[in-house]
Amino acid sequence: MSELAHSPLVEIENVEQRFGGSSGFLSPSQPLVKALNSVSLTINKGDSFCLVGESGCGKSTLARAVIGLNPPTAGHIKYQGNRIDNLSTRERQPYTRKMQMVFQNPYASLNPRMTVAQTLQEPLQIHFPTMSRAEIEAKVEEVMLSVGNDPSWLERYPHEFSGGQRQRISIARALMLDPEFIVADEPISALDVSIQAQVLNVMMEAQESRNLTYLFITHDLSVVEHFGNRVAVMYLGTVCELADTKNLFATPRHPYTQALLSAVPKMDGSGVNHVKMSGEVPTAMDLPSGCVFHTRCPYANDRCKREIPKLKDNGDTQTACFAVEEGRL
Amino acid sequence: MNKMAVFLGSDFVYRFKKDKVALVSFSLVVTLILAALLAPVIAPHNPYDLTTIDIMDSELAPIWTDGDTDERFLLGTDPQGRDLLSTILYGMRISLVIGIFAVMLQAFLGVTIGLLSGYIGGRVDAFFMRLADIQLSLSTLMVAIITLAVFQAAFGAELYSELAIFMLVLVIGIAEWPQYARTVRASVLAEKHKEYVDAARVIGMAPKRIMLRHILPNTLSPILVISTIQVANAIISEAALSFLGLGMPVNKPSLGSLISSGFEFIFSGSWWITVIPSIVLIMLILSINLLGDWLRDVLNPKLYKD
Repeated sequence: MSELAHSPLVEIENVEQRFGGSSGFLSPSQPLVKALNSVSLTINKGDSFCLVGESGCGKSTLARAVIGLNPPTAGHIKYQGNRIDNLSTRERQPYTRKMQMVFQNPYASLNPRMTVAQTLQEPLQIHFPTMSRAEIEAKVEEVMLSVGNDPSWLERYPHEFSGGQRQRISIARALMLDPEFIVADEPISALDVSIQAQVLNVMMEAQESRNLTYLFITHDLSVVEHFGNRVAVMYLGTVCELADTKNLFATPRHPYTQALLSAVPKMDGSGVNHVKMSGEVPTAMDLPSGCVFHTRCPYANDRCKREIPKLKDNGDTQTACFAVEEGRL
Repeated sequence: MNKMAVFLGSDFVYRFKKDKVALVSFSLVVTLILAALLAPVIAPHNPYDLTTIDIMDSELAPIWTDGDTDERFLLGTDPQGRDLLSTILYGMRISLVIGIFAVMLQAFLGVTIGLLSGYIGGRVDAFFMRLADIQLSLSTLMVAIITLAVFQAAFGAELYSELAIFMLVLVIGIAEWPQYARTVRASVLAEKHKEYVDAARVIGMAPKRIMLRHILPNTLSPILVISTIQVANAIISEAALSFLGLGMPVNKPSLGSLISSGFEFIFSGSWWITVIPSIVLIMLILSINLLGDWLRDVLNPKLYKD
């Protein structure tokens, strides 16, 4: 897929996200959390773009910024070349039709007081007020069938379904408006392993039949290998490596990526040589100077403590690392 | 039909049938409300029809006592010669109407303000919640007494007695909105960070629709619980105001004004004029409150007792 001529669909340019930090009248000042630090990514049409990283590294924050739930503090987000991060709900309407989201927790993402039919009809009623009842019902049934759901579920409430079924209903809701781009925020991490594959397959089939582009967030590297064609690895609010999936798994360059990949259990028992890292992830309230990874990096030197590395092409992958740049690694 | 069957088979109905307190208080509330609704049919006299009232009948004792009795008047008569039973039935009607409409007004104001301040947050939230703090620091009765007394002084007792019901609904309704606003706001704060609200925003839904269609239905159970208790509170407030002479006028007595009108005669031996309406009022309030307590226990599983 990556061999096709790419046309960028979503461009994320120097996006920063800050939370807290302000102190108002009579309210104590809150610590400033730097959740995203100058993140730049381009997602091409047809990509299954995976975002990996450990908990708290800003994956979901980036997803929410892209979809417009938390507009970024700084930087631009463009959709097909048009800036969308500063639009009002109304101005955004044409883009909301094309960009949808699937959430992590299938138990919280469906309104418990609405039947499946009500949940699925709502997007159509809002975006196509002229559609007749019969047309809406036909569309709902078609989408339900396409994700492998039984249309007889429509009159039931979410609590009557299992996690996997609910997640397929969530996917159906995201597909109702025939979007081009879907942000999936850990859509399978709350599911049983046997159901994970099923939901992944539904998503891959939908991609094939509807020409979807995914931004897929996960911390399961085997899912990335199976599902994604491009991967970005995040650490503490910064992208440290960006590559095609094949290259990343074959030749990880960034020390963090190497450590991450070495932690994947392997069937043949060869995975005992973990790259051991010392210490803990620093807090986003007090970022380390220079490269955010230098406190735990076995290859860090003085330059890493002073300067912030930028993503640079190094042939196979793009890395933000001085050690790779200088050939020390 | 099917929905009815589902409802009758539900846990809610099962727990209701098991709970004796709930059963008794529910049947008492229903009996009293029916009696009030059907007052024109079941009351032996019409206390509003002046031609049927005879001053010579005043202060007759209930028929089971030794004093002056008359078999036409089961519970005796009040100082104006009205049949006490009929007056209580009609009075309960007025008390219930004021209670229910005042609570509807409270709920409307409180739910609207609670939804807005919970969902929008920031300055809107701070403004309304400080307003609620101010409102709560003034007791309902104090606000009501001042407003009603000023109204009565400014426009005269004549106009006041015509508008008394509206004024009472308005004053009690406005004075107690913070109860609702705070409860609703707390539930909205809990609901608005759930993913289904995010999903609604991603779909491009307007905030108004998200609040009304997604968040409000999920905050209904606490609203239901405080509504029952607030109806009882509103009836008490009305009775207290009527007792103080700021409520319903003498010719259209509510339970409170009936209690108050008998109070002057209590030392001359005519105890029934005060005591019997008081017992009715206490039964009404107590059963509504017990029902509300039961509802709160059932709808909030975290409070399950033993």
